[in-house]
Amino acid sequence: MDALSRRDILRRLGAAGLVLGSAAVLARARWDQGGAASLSLDGPQVRDYRKRDAPPELPQLVVARGTPSGDPANPRLLASDPADLVRKAVGALGGMQRFISRGDIVVVKPNIGWDRTPIHAANTNPRVVAEVVRLAYDAGAKRVIVTDASCNEPNRCFQRSGIWKAAYDVGADVILPSAHRFRQMRLKGEVLDDWPVYTPLVNADKVINVPIAKHHNLSRYTGAMKNWYGLLGGRRNRLHQNIDTSIADLATFLQPTLTVVDAVRVLLRNGPQGGNVADARDMHTVIATTDQVAADAYGCQLIGRKADEIPYIHMAHQRGLGTMHWQNLRLAEV
Amino acid sequence: MVSPSTPATTLSAKPAPAKPLPYRSPPPKATPPHPSSLRAWLAKARLTKKRPGSGLPARKTIQVLVWVRRLVQAGCLALFCYLLFQTGFRGSFASAEARVRLPLPVEGFLLADPFVGAMTLLSTHTVYRGLLWSLGILALTLVFGRVFCGWICPFGTLHHLSAWVFPSRYGKGSKRVEANKTHPVRQRVKYYLMYAFLAASLAGSVIGGLFDPICIAVRAIGLAVIPAAQYIAGFVTTAATATGIRQVQFASDHAQDFLAASVWQTRQFYFHQTWLIGALLVAVLFMNRFIPRFWCRVLCPLGAFLGVFARYALFGMEKDHAKCTDCNLCLVHCQGADSPQGGVKWRQDECHMCLNCENACPEDVIKFRFLPNRKSALVKPDTGRRTAIATAAAGAALIPVARIADVIDANYSPVVIRPPGAVEEREFLERCIRCAECMKVCPNNALHPAFFEAGVEGVWTPILIPRIGYCEHSCVLCGDVCPTGAIQKITEEQKMGIGQKPISIGTAFYDIGRCLPWSMSVPCIVCEEFCPTSPKAIWVEEVEVPKRVPTAPAAAAPALPSPDGHAARPPQPPDPALAGQPPQPAPALPEPPKPPEPPVLAEPPTQAHEDHLVRIKVQRPHVDPSLCIGCGACEKVCPVQDKPAVYVTSVGETRSKTNVILLEDTDYNQPS
Repeated sequence: MDALSRRDILRRLGAAGLVLGSAAVLARARWDQGGAASLSLDGPQVRDYRKRDAPPELPQLVVARGTPSGDPANPRLLASDPADLVRKAVGALGGMQRFISRGDIVVVKPNIGWDRTPIHAANTNPRVVAEVVRLAYDAGAKRVIVTDASCNEPNRCFQRSGIWKAAYDVGADVILPSAHRFRQMRLKGEVLDDWPVYTPLVNADKVINVPIAKHHNLSRYTGAMKNWYGLLGGRRNRLHQNIDTSIADLATFLQPTLTVVDAVRVLLRNGPQGGNVADARDMHTVIATTDQVAADAYGCQLIGRKADEIPYIHMAHQRGLGTMHWQNLRLAEV
Repeated sequence: MVSPSTPATTLSAKPAPAKPLPYRSPPPKATPPHPSSLRAWLAKARLTKKRPGSGLPARKTIQVLVWVRRLVQAGCLALFCYLLFQTGFRGSFASAEARVRLPLPVEGFLLADPFVGAMTLLSTHTVYRGLLWSLGILALTLVFGRVFCGWICPFGTLHHLSAWVFPSRYGKGSKRVEANKTHPVRQRVKYYLMYAFLAASLAGSVIGGLFDPICIAVRAIGLAVIPAAQYIAGFVTTAATATGIRQVQFASDHAQDFLAASVWQTRQFYFHQTWLIGALLVAVLFMNRFIPRFWCRVLCPLGAFLGVFARYALFGMEKDHAKCTDCNLCLVHCQGADSPQGGVKWRQDECHMCLNCENACPEDVIKFRFLPNRKSALVKPDTGRRTAIATAAAGAALIPVARIADVIDANYSPVVIRPPGAVEEREFLERCIRCAECMKVCPNNALHPAFFEAGVEGVWTPILIPRIGYCEHSCVLCGDVCPTGAIQKITEEQKMGIGQKPISIGTAFYDIGRCLPWSMSVPCIVCEEFCPTSPKAIWVEEVEVPKRVPTAPAAAAPALPSPDGHAARPPQPPDPALAGQPPQPAPALPEPPKPPEPPVLAEPPTQAHEDHLVRIKVQRPHVDPSLCIGCGACEKVCPVQDKPAVYVTSVGETRSKTNVILLEDTDYNQPS
């Protein structure tokens, strides 16, 4: 073997040094020191879409009902167009232009959880959703998105709830919950911390909650706040173990601009999915409010419950998300 | 693309490397026209182009026909892929009450498959619904020979493509010529397979679907290639999201939306044991490196089936051996290894009718025409009679041998949950061709190819794995796409039991040792919430149960030995507002990782007696077996992640008269 030349030795030393040096740089740059460094110390995250102003001349909770039948033997409400009820309710609250500014991207969040048709009253009434979309566009919204993260197979829920077509017909973007639209987020709630969150709901200018009032076998009554289950992906079946705190956590995380509760037809038994037409009853009522706690506190009476029977309403009240004493609000019935 | 003739020029210039010339051809015809009349037309419009080697004038007709074949092949493959991509429910603007069906006959290629038709005819003695279309391919074969293989079959086209794209560098020139000569020994295999599968069908099991090329294409692309592509796309999306650049995220989101709406679904699908299906596809495509169109020449039972009928074909090859110069150009381009060269007899049953040989021949040795003389052709498959009989006997014998293994008669597996509308297991095996259409169409990813759960006969038949996906209550799409009636075309009324008894595919059971309200005093009942029947098959019973509240170690007084810790502490009245709430520790923000609660065993045994016992109300779920339809929604949503506390087994399925629990479901008066 020949003796190495000086040049060769230098070249080899240089190459070895370069490899070691770059390995060291890479390792230092990507060094995981372990321990507690990965724990972040941020405060709780929230998405608060509420309007700050509350003009004293306007009501805070509006209940729009169909006309009474006038028959004392059969004190029902006569059927009325759900769209009319929405228009009246939102109008009494100051109109949609109070909530939507020109150019806003508005997300309308109905309940499209189940593969049920409107008669079963498990999903929000499509005509209520369509009217909210129309009002938002009329108020100058640039884009109105209608979406939910369903429980059953989403394509089927969106179609068979009638909401897909109804919303599309009035020009809304209907977004299906695809896997790529969920991003991991720290909610930092009491029981909900790191969860995949449905991005359209957190990347909006305004969010309008359009839940349906119905019975729920575990939490007794669900409406506005429980509708935020549709905010989460992942295995949200675990939330049931502490359903009330979960609902309160979600309501803390997301406070909508406006809540329009659909009680046109209300599921009284076998909630939240229903499935039997006889389990639901026509009530021809729409509730519009800026206070999602009051919406639930008022709404639970529709199925014969009281707000203090329902723990999550209690919790949300205590957390200051709204008031469960809806009687103290400025109430309007139209 | 300035002048309209440009693309046509390149088109005609490719097959025969020569100077391009203005191309004026008749409009492309869908079927090969009569060659002799074409020759007459050519004589009139004699063109100046010469063929290399012989200097004979180039024959435009055959060049055009070869290009027509390529276009038809590409079109059929594209149509196949399109139908496969459409095999899934993506929602529509139909009204809420409209029945959910697929607008296209997505199983069309399977309906046109004569091998499937023949197998199910032998097993069930009937031709199910749309399978009558397979007569069309049979008729085509009786006129033109195996044009299906060379022109239509999407799986054949895949092999054609991969033999062209990935040739071995050793497989050129004389090697290639050698590879494309007829190898009778290996090419007989497909006939033996075909006879074995037909005999097995006669014996009562259409296991031939494992080898049917259309079934393989649907199964492998639908269950392996598409989900894998989606998985990779998921990585790309994650990476695009991680960039944090709005435009990149926007583009990737919209690309994903587009792909979800056209190729795959909005969620990632997973298929049980699908790695083997994918690996076999890769393996059989890879074999093209060594033996071009290995699958079509050696294994394909559909090709063999059509080969049997090709002997009656009216269209075929004539050879003028005297003109042959042994240039072997025909062999270089041969697809079927059917001896197109001069000096030997053409093998009609092996020929894919791709027409490459006539196009390549510089000396006009090879002519395809109607009613050819058969002086230099072998029309019958070259198989030994004894071997054929032996393989058929083996195929027929396989079925009783497989059934002696316990799975069907004696020891039916609880996990073999068949789709709703599936016929009774023996008849199911007479019909199911393992085409995987049902698994592809299932919107909840509930149906999966079985491995050995349903026995060796049941490999890749559909089973429902509720943990991955449950059976959507109002969905009947699997029966809608089933080409053979293994899953019947049921209506929503039949399935959901509107005015009749619903179709049940199994029954749910509770593992109460794992169930939160049953054994851990934790409220849950997600199963009850998802139970789709009305009235619900899962009902809940509200009970008051004790719940242990561990005393915080700091607050714990020194252990007070108490003879009876439980009795010493009176049960606390449940807090009305917080009933159903496990008491929470004071919310601490931020929460450092707490040292785990000291395990009870590590402490002095008296420590456990320091715990409070509170009484809380929980709802405990129960199943009503007469109402349960076995859809598996409860199992899917059970929060006990690894092994759910409620699970479905096949017992109680409507289709079986023996796999039942309840006396009233045992209806022996039903005709079988």
